[in-house]
Amino acid sequence: MLASRFWLTRPFAERSTQLFLAVLLAAMTLVTLLHVAVPQGHALHVNAYTVNLFGKYLSYALLAVAVDLVWGYLGILSLGHGAFFALGGYAMGMYLMRQIGDRGVYGHPELPDFMVFLSWDSLPWYWAGFDMAWFAFLMVLLAPGALALVFGFLAFRSRVTGVYLSIITQALTFALMLAFFRNEMGFGGNNGLTDFRDILGFNLRSNETRLGLFLATGVALALGYLLCRAIVGSKLGRVCIATRDAEARTRFLGYRVERFQLFVFVVSAMLAGLAGALYVPQVGIINPSEFSPLFSIEIVLWVALGGRATLYGAVIGAILVNYAKTVFTGVMPDAWLFALGGLFVLVTVFLPRGVAGLLAYRLKRRRRPDDGGATGREVTP
Amino acid sequence: MSLLRSFADRDRVFDFLVPAVSPVDVRHGPILYLEDVTVSFDGFKAINNLNLTVDDGELRCIIGPNGAGKTTMMDIITGKTRPDSGSVWFGSRHDLLAMNEPEIASLGIGRKFQKPTVFEALSVFENLELAMAADKRILPTLTARMSGEIRDRIEEVLVTIGLVELHGRPAGILSHGQKQWLEIGMLLMQRPRLLLVDEPVAGMTEQEMARTAELLTGLAGKQSVVVVEHDMGFVRSIARQVTVLHQGSVLAEGSMDQVSNDPKVIEVYLGEEA
Repeated sequence: MLASRFWLTRPFAERSTQLFLAVLLAAMTLVTLLHVAVPQGHALHVNAYTVNLFGKYLSYALLAVAVDLVWGYLGILSLGHGAFFALGGYAMGMYLMRQIGDRGVYGHPELPDFMVFLSWDSLPWYWAGFDMAWFAFLMVLLAPGALALVFGFLAFRSRVTGVYLSIITQALTFALMLAFFRNEMGFGGNNGLTDFRDILGFNLRSNETRLGLFLATGVALALGYLLCRAIVGSKLGRVCIATRDAEARTRFLGYRVERFQLFVFVVSAMLAGLAGALYVPQVGIINPSEFSPLFSIEIVLWVALGGRATLYGAVIGAILVNYAKTVFTGVMPDAWLFALGGLFVLVTVFLPRGVAGLLAYRLKRRRRPDDGGATGREVTP
Repeated sequence: MSLLRSFADRDRVFDFLVPAVSPVDVRHGPILYLEDVTVSFDGFKAINNLNLTVDDGELRCIIGPNGAGKTTMMDIITGKTRPDSGSVWFGSRHDLLAMNEPEIASLGIGRKFQKPTVFEALSVFENLELAMAADKRILPTLTARMSGEIRDRIEEVLVTIGLVELHGRPAGILSHGQKQWLEIGMLLMQRPRLLLVDEPVAGMTEQEMARTAELLTGLAGKQSVVVVEHDMGFVRSIARQVTVLHQGSVLAEGSMDQVSNDPKVIEVYLGEEA
């Protein structure tokens, strides 16, 4: 702990972080090599569709890390993180819409197709600036951050916690979903935003751009993971854990608990927004279904499956569940929800600390066979 | 020129570098002074014309039957409860009735509640680190570094509370008694002038009690300590000065022997226990 002086670089000294970064880097290199260097038709070739799929998983993984930051370390079970993800996605979608220019179905030089269809004659004021990449990318972080700031300020100041907060976050994302379904909102109604062409001048349908997006998502995941590790490894992270386990006691020590909660909540919302922004160009559409309460609950399931309060567990959970989803919905589409439910029940019964808990247990057994007591900072039930 | 040289002096200490010391004025002896304090809850007088003086560095035990107003008295000193009348002074300069809870806490009055609450997922060391008097805003907390000075202070407290070997273990595995000591240690990290300790040995084993007695008597002198306790054996083992509360006011005060021979005390309290 003494070794590194600057808080942001402190995670590099941690073994788990080194391991995580190494695995992520190796996976990204492997996928890139198998995609570029192995000829098409070869058994080991990774096609563009799969690269795209992996990119999607990685953006989900970043979202899961954001949820684990607030749930695992702060004890705030947010059932509305899909809202921040979708807001980031919409900010990116608006930029991509403006990049279409006059290549839309109606050929209007400025207005997106759905606005022409609704016979609007000019862009609403809140679409201004989204033709500029820097502005749109800033909004990717600022829009979810601002929502989290206002929402969190009100909730934490009134000391709303526990199950009540979960319900309110759920209501928040549901309200936003209903709002975004309305055509008058100016975000494309239930069709959302789609038919994207370019990002930063690169053709979104080309294989090279898809690979680039996959790699960019991997880098974003690495950076987001590092930021979260730096936060939870700092004294502020310990204050968060203290708040999670005994909020009144932490307040009594002189910490303004609601400010710490707000700070971490906003950081988490921004990361979720970033994940959404990377997700949208890879799937080619953003619509209000991303705001659906079910999706937000699913994110929490990924984190629970992977293992709460570890961060890397969230990544494992997000990738595992979504891979299983891809496989299952391909083989037996109707059985997926049953499989997800069954998986969740099995994990809660047999792996209360998730897949990460199983890994940590195995490693500990191997290293110190006679050490019986718990050591990590696992969640107290 | 001499001014410039004064800046170069290696032993010069600038005012802003001197740590702020608690400005409590105890030149006149008492560190805590309660006069004619009365509190009533819905007509019931929990505290009735209470007068109490605690000297600087003293270890004072407060005993009394249930409902004698011991906990209410603690609440008044820490600012949790406002008295209907009377005055409460900390040293001869600070009127505690004019201050709120955080202000009183930062002045150097630490309170240990009956039920120990430590952060179970954090290690003993980290518990003490969080309790330390420091800048507790967000950014300073995020960028806080573990300096040698802080480490020394934490180790000093670890020695005092006897948990050096367990410093790296999560607080959740500690025994009940060890949690109580850790909690006292967390109070000590804030460098209090006055420690209020509510029933420290409830639920402790004999050995733990003896260890706690040692700890509290060791603290007296450096800090003033006020202990509220039910266990007469424990009080006998630590107290030099005992105050007996009954129905919200002081019934008797003096050494344990004086107090336990007082017929009034025997009647209301010791009589029932014996």
